[in-house]
Amino acid sequence: MAGTALRGRLTWQLAKVSAVCDETASVRTIMLDVPDWPGHEAGQHLDVRLTAEDGYVAERSYSIASAPGEPVAITVERLDDGEVSPYLTDELRAGDELELRGPIGGYFVWGPGDGGPLLLLAGGSGIVPLRAILRHRERTGSAVPVRLLYSSRSLDDVIYQAELDRPAPGVEVIHTLTRHQPPGWAGYARRVDAALLGEVAWPAASMPLTYVCGPTSFVEAVSQALVQSGYPPLRVKTERFGATGGT
Amino acid sequence: MEALDGNAIGGLLHEVFDTEMTGAATVCGHCGDARPVAELVVYRQAPGTVVRCRSCENVLMVFVRAHGRTCVDLQGLAALG
Repeated sequence: MAGTALRGRLTWQLAKVSAVCDETASVRTIMLDVPDWPGHEAGQHLDVRLTAEDGYVAERSYSIASAPGEPVAITVERLDDGEVSPYLTDELRAGDELELRGPIGGYFVWGPGDGGPLLLLAGGSGIVPLRAILRHRERTGSAVPVRLLYSSRSLDDVIYQAELDRPAPGVEVIHTLTRHQPPGWAGYARRVDAALLGEVAWPAASMPLTYVCGPTSFVEAVSQALVQSGYPPLRVKTERFGATGGT
Repeated sequence: MEALDGNAIGGLLHEVFDTEMTGAATVCGHCGDARPVAELVVYRQAPGTVVRCRSCENVLMVFVRAHGRTCVDLQGLAALG
């Protein structure tokens, strides 16, 4: 918790975009230089505010993609009818300024002291805060065993694919591709349900600490499956993105 | 409009209460369901935010923003924090 402002004013400030990196055709990571950043925990988010010339203001929340101690980065999925995300994914360039406030949230966070085993369940861009958790685990030398089950529409929609292909020791990454599978795909090709959890998740008896993040429909379905499978609700943390993207 | 959850209003709540609130405990004033703010059902549509009980759908909190002020109604809660 050191270095993290939990109490105190949350103020808007100007950050500078230091670099952008395309993750998929519709998802981009934006690396930010934030002069007065108090530090963050893995799993927290920040608010972005865009102000139009006529004064119209739109605010959105984005999960922080980087681990504590790394430069702040967010990963944004473009929603074609969105007010904010198309600007962030298509228009914003290195050197541009962006108004933000954060870090925000103290519930959907993980630190080595929270232990495990960790069960991470991601739908689409729900991978973002879980990636921060994975990086934090690796950077702190934590040996907590991790299983990540990541649901995407297709292989082309997998965010952080190269990074997830080379997981740290003790981390297992399991993909399920719900809509399109490449030829010869031997992995899962169905939605996450109790049966799939039964095949890949830590058994409920091992009392895993579970983080579920993704579109609301994904999180609802997965939470229901976890309850059916006997996972203790108090060890399951959820975060819903609304109707964004796909799983 | 699809529901979000209490994580999505971490910034708004921090603004109102001057502290991180998503992990704060709540008790529904109607059914007594107890869970952290992060697990509540949230509907955000400017200028208002409505927070409902995940168990009985009772309205727990309402926030309305206008002219740089935020009006807060917590009447649906039996306990917070």
